[in-house]
This record gives sequence, C-alpha cells and structure tokens, in this order.
Amino acid sequence: MGIQVHGIGKRFGDFVALENIDLSMRTGALTALLGPSGGGKSTLLRIIAGLEKPDTGTVEIDGADATRLAPRHRNVGFVFQHYAAFTHLSVYRNVAFGLEIRKRPRAEIRKRVNELLELVHLEQFADRLPAQLSGGQRQRMALARALAVEPKVLLLDEPFGALDAKVRKELRDWLRRLHDEVHVTTVFVTHDQEEALEVSDEIVVINDGRVEQVGKPDELYDRPANPFVMSFLGPVTTLDGQLVRPHDIEVFTDPVGDAVPAKVTRLQRIGFEVRAELGDTGGWAQLTRGQSEALNLAEGANVWVRPAPGTTRIPAPRQPT
Amino acid sequence: MTTDVHAPPAALDEVPAGGAGPRRRPRAKTGLRLGGASGTTLGVVVLWMSLLVLIPLAAVLGKAFDGGWSAFADAITQPATAAALRLTITLSVAVAVINAVMGTIVAWVLVRGRFPGAGIFEMVIDIPFALPTIVAGLVMLALYGGDSPIGVSLVGTRTGLLVTLLFVTLPFTVRTVQPVLLNLDREAEEAAASLGASAPVIFRRIALPQLMPAIISGAVLSFARAIGEYGSVVLISSNLPFKTEIASSVIYGKLQDADNAAVSTQQAAAIATVLLAASAVVLVLIDVLQRRVARRG
Repeated sequence: MGIQVHGIGKRFGDFVALENIDLSMRTGALTALLGPSGGGKSTLLRIIAGLEKPDTGTVEIDGADATRLAPRHRNVGFVFQHYAAFTHLSVYRNVAFGLEIRKRPRAEIRKRVNELLELVHLEQFADRLPAQLSGGQRQRMALARALAVEPKVLLLDEPFGALDAKVRKELRDWLRRLHDEVHVTTVFVTHDQEEALEVSDEIVVINDGRVEQVGKPDELYDRPANPFVMSFLGPVTTLDGQLVRPHDIEVFTDPVGDAVPAKVTRLQRIGFEVRAELGDTGGWAQLTRGQSEALNLAEGANVWVRPAPGTTRIPAPRQPT
Repeated sequence: MTTDVHAPPAALDEVPAGGAGPRRRPRAKTGLRLGGASGTTLGVVVLWMSLLVLIPLAAVLGKAFDGGWSAFADAITQPATAAALRLTITLSVAVAVINAVMGTIVAWVLVRGRFPGAGIFEMVIDIPFALPTIVAGLVMLALYGGDSPIGVSLVGTRTGLLVTLLFVTLPFTVRTVQPVLLNLDREAEEAAASLGASAPVIFRRIALPQLMPAIISGAVLSFARAIGEYGSVVLISSNLPFKTEIASSVIYGKLQDADNAAVSTQQAAAIATVLLAASAVVLVLIDVLQRRVARRG
C-alpha cells in the first residue's frame, strides 16, 4: 500500500533524470525526497502524479497500477512551488474547483470548502483573489485545494521553496501538525536537509537520478550510507582520513590517547557556536561557546583532537566533498 | 477530518504583500516620477485628438445630418444602400466571430505546438497585415479569381468577400491572444488536471477565462477593420448591388457622383455615420462585457 515505484527510469534527451528507481512510501507517512537541484527528485514526484511519463518502470498507488493513468484519474493532490493558483478565481472557488468539476451538490461543496478554509486559516479570505494573498497564504490555499478532493496521496514539490526563511519555517511546523491530523500519505520534495530532518517520518536521499539512501531522519544522520549522504545531511569535516561531523570532534589542550596534535589557525564565533579551524589537519571543530571558554582556546593554540568515541565517521573519499 | 490545528503560527496571518508576493510591490514614492500629467501635456493631447479625431468625426456627422433627420433616413434606407449596410455589418460580425475561434486556435498551436517550420508559420501570420490592401486584393484574385488555378472562382460572391476579409484580419486575434497564452501558468493547468479536470474542462475553466479579454479585443479589432475594408475586397466583390456591394464601396460610388455632388456627399456621410455607430456600439458592448468578465472572474 502507499506508493510503490519499480524500476522507474526517465531521460530528457541525453540527460538521465532518473535511473532504475525502486521505492516504497508507506501509507499515512510523511516522506521527504531530499537531494540537490537537478538530482531527479521533482521528476520522480511528477511521475508519481502522472504529470510526467516514465520511460521505464511502474507506479502503484494504494496497490493499484497507475503507470498509464492520466493525472486526473490518479486521485493525487499536487502542490507546486509557485502555488499554481487559478488567478482568475477567488480563494473559495480555487478550493472548490475539484469538487465543482465532480459536480458535487452545492451545499456539500460549501460545507467542505469552508471546513478546509478553516483548516488552513483562510476563512476570512474566501472572497479574495489569489493575487491579494501573501505567498504563504497562497500556498495554504493550494494545500486546501489539493486536500478538497480527498486525495489518496498528497504530493508537494518544494512547497516552501518560494517563501522567505521565517514564513518557511513556520509553515513547515504547521504542515507537520496538519499531517498529524489529516494522515494522508504525503510525499514532499525539498533540497533543504533541515526541512527534511525536521518534518518527515522518512527521508529518501536522491542524487544524480539514483536513490542514495532511505531511512528515518535519525538513521540517515547517524548512519549515512556514503560520503554524499553524510555531507548532504549536515556539516562534515575530515580528520585523519575520515569524514566526521565537526560537532563530534573532541578538543583537548594536552595529549590524550589517540588524539592527534593540531594548531588552531582561526577561531570564529557565530552566536552560541565557536568554529575552530585546525590548520594542519585541514579540518575544523564545532564547539559551544562554553566549551571554547573552558579550554581557553585562542588562535595559535596547540591542541589535540579526535572524533568523540562512538560517533559517526566514514572513510573520506579521495576527493574531499 | 477535524478542523482544529492548534494555534496558528504568526506567519499564517501575515499581511498580504509581505515580501512574498511578487505581484504587489509597493510603488516607490520618491525618485523619478512620470506618473502625473501636467496641464501642458493634457492640452497637447486634447488638441491632437481634436485635430485628428474629434473634429473630422464631427464634420462627418454634421454633413450626414445636413438635410435634417429625413435626409439622413432617406440616404440609408435606399434599397441598395440598406442592403450594402446589412451585408457589411453581417460580414463584419461573422469575421469577428470566426477570428475569435480560429485566431485562438492558431495562437494556441503557435505557442503550444512544437513542429518543424514553426518559425516560418510565425512570419506568415503577419503577411496579410504588412501587405497594402490592394495587393491583398490581388493575392485573393490570383487564387480565387476567374482563372483560378484551383478552379474555385469566388469573384462576385459573398464567400469571396468573407474569405478576403478573413485574410486581411487574420493577425488580429492571433497577435492579441499569443502573448497572453505565453504567460499562462502551465502549472495551474497541471494542478487542474491533478484535481480531476479533463483537457476540455481545463481549457474552458482555466485557460479560456484568462484568454477571453485578449480574444475579445482581437475580435473587436477584426470587426473594426472589416467594417471599413475597401481596397482588398473591391477587386473580388465586383460591386454587385444587393449581392456583393459593401458600404465602403457605396460611399466611394456616391463620392464619385459629380452630377449632384451636394446630395451624394450628404448620403455618403450618412452611410459613414451608420458604420461609425456600429463600431461605437460594438466597442461599448465589448467594454461592458469585459468588465463583467473581469468582475465575475
């Protein structure tokens, strides 16, 4: 159940957008497709929606083969990065669109649309045109419009990508809470690892048309399958030929066990965080302000560093990422 | 589904136009301003419009009613004249309607279709526009004349008139609809499709309402051009009274009548006034219609 894709491949001319993708997205879960731009994640989402035809492979939605179904028969809700509002229709009519073309009774439409407008906090904007709304409001309208037809799955393509940082963060928290209430199988595309880690139940890392790793947010962060996943999900640095997270580096002022000597070449403070560049090792360590003060760190100080025991590390690729 | 999603975060009630909306950018209050019209520019415009448009129009109207209402009525109810006026207006309405449909289809194919030779097609559209009208008439005669290479002679037929008028008005709707079509949000159409809309429903409910103002203005331009067209149709029409004689050629004929110049000129002006009125009525109708479309959304 949920969404199953098997052997999906897609080319645009010579460019391979997706190569032999096998994935399964659980019913009721909030799954993130995470990866850099141009990696194929949006193409995959559009293939699931039927807006793009795969060259190879199949798509199953709720156990039924949907590969050859037109988008309008798939019963998916799709939310676009740039809202895709029906600019000539009021907010109310936008949300009502899917129900109106299904020729539902007027009273039922009114009830349902008002319910949804309340859900997305736009009830007082029902008569406005989309152009009279802010970006965040337009995206909530688009979400209500997609939910109106009670889709089996909800697909969101970079839904907060066009919004400014603050609105983005608030809307993302709100989406998580909304999902906890509505429980529709949801897949959303993002290139923002923080967004994926914060909101989703499961993350699929997609790069260069391939699936790099699938797992729960913590699994991916703690046990990345390869250097790409590790560096895409958070900051990394190299120490002793290994990729480590800079916040997992222990810093000592005296030689300790297997710690290697290093010199602090630059000390940079960003709010609560202190970044110590370890010149000769080529890496850097991330400390809290308290730790840095306790160690009495200063530029030019000689220190000994090692990855904290039991933390994530994987062999660094020859070309540091 | 319950409707209580806890306390809405602050952003959910942010003011519209708060940074995220690309459409509503507050206009700068300072800097270079070209907004206001000074008294001088207004005066120049009024003078210019008067010289070019208002005074000549008033002169025609004055001439039309030279002999009072009865002379005017007599002029336009002469059987041949009345027939020509009816034909001209009917043809112009037909041209406007056909162009609204065909021009939209042509524009659609130009914008959405991908086919070899699209660039040439694109240029061909404007040829009728660029040709001197008499040349357009010759072009029509070459194909549909008495010695038609395809064996179809439309000389002296109303079909010939219609085809010629369609030829010269071809670019109007195409060129008004094309830019609007280019700017249509394809994702909105995809959104409609995922909401269950079929292609015809998407066209009718999403694309068409947004194209309508452009289609209407293209149709009005076609109407206006058709109602006054002379050079291109005069060759193919053969000016057969009660059959293919159009209003503009009646006017021309009246003005050629040197024997009783005063009366003829008054009659020509009367016919011109009817054409003028027809154009004015259409313009007003369209304006009302467009406002209604805009309001209903």
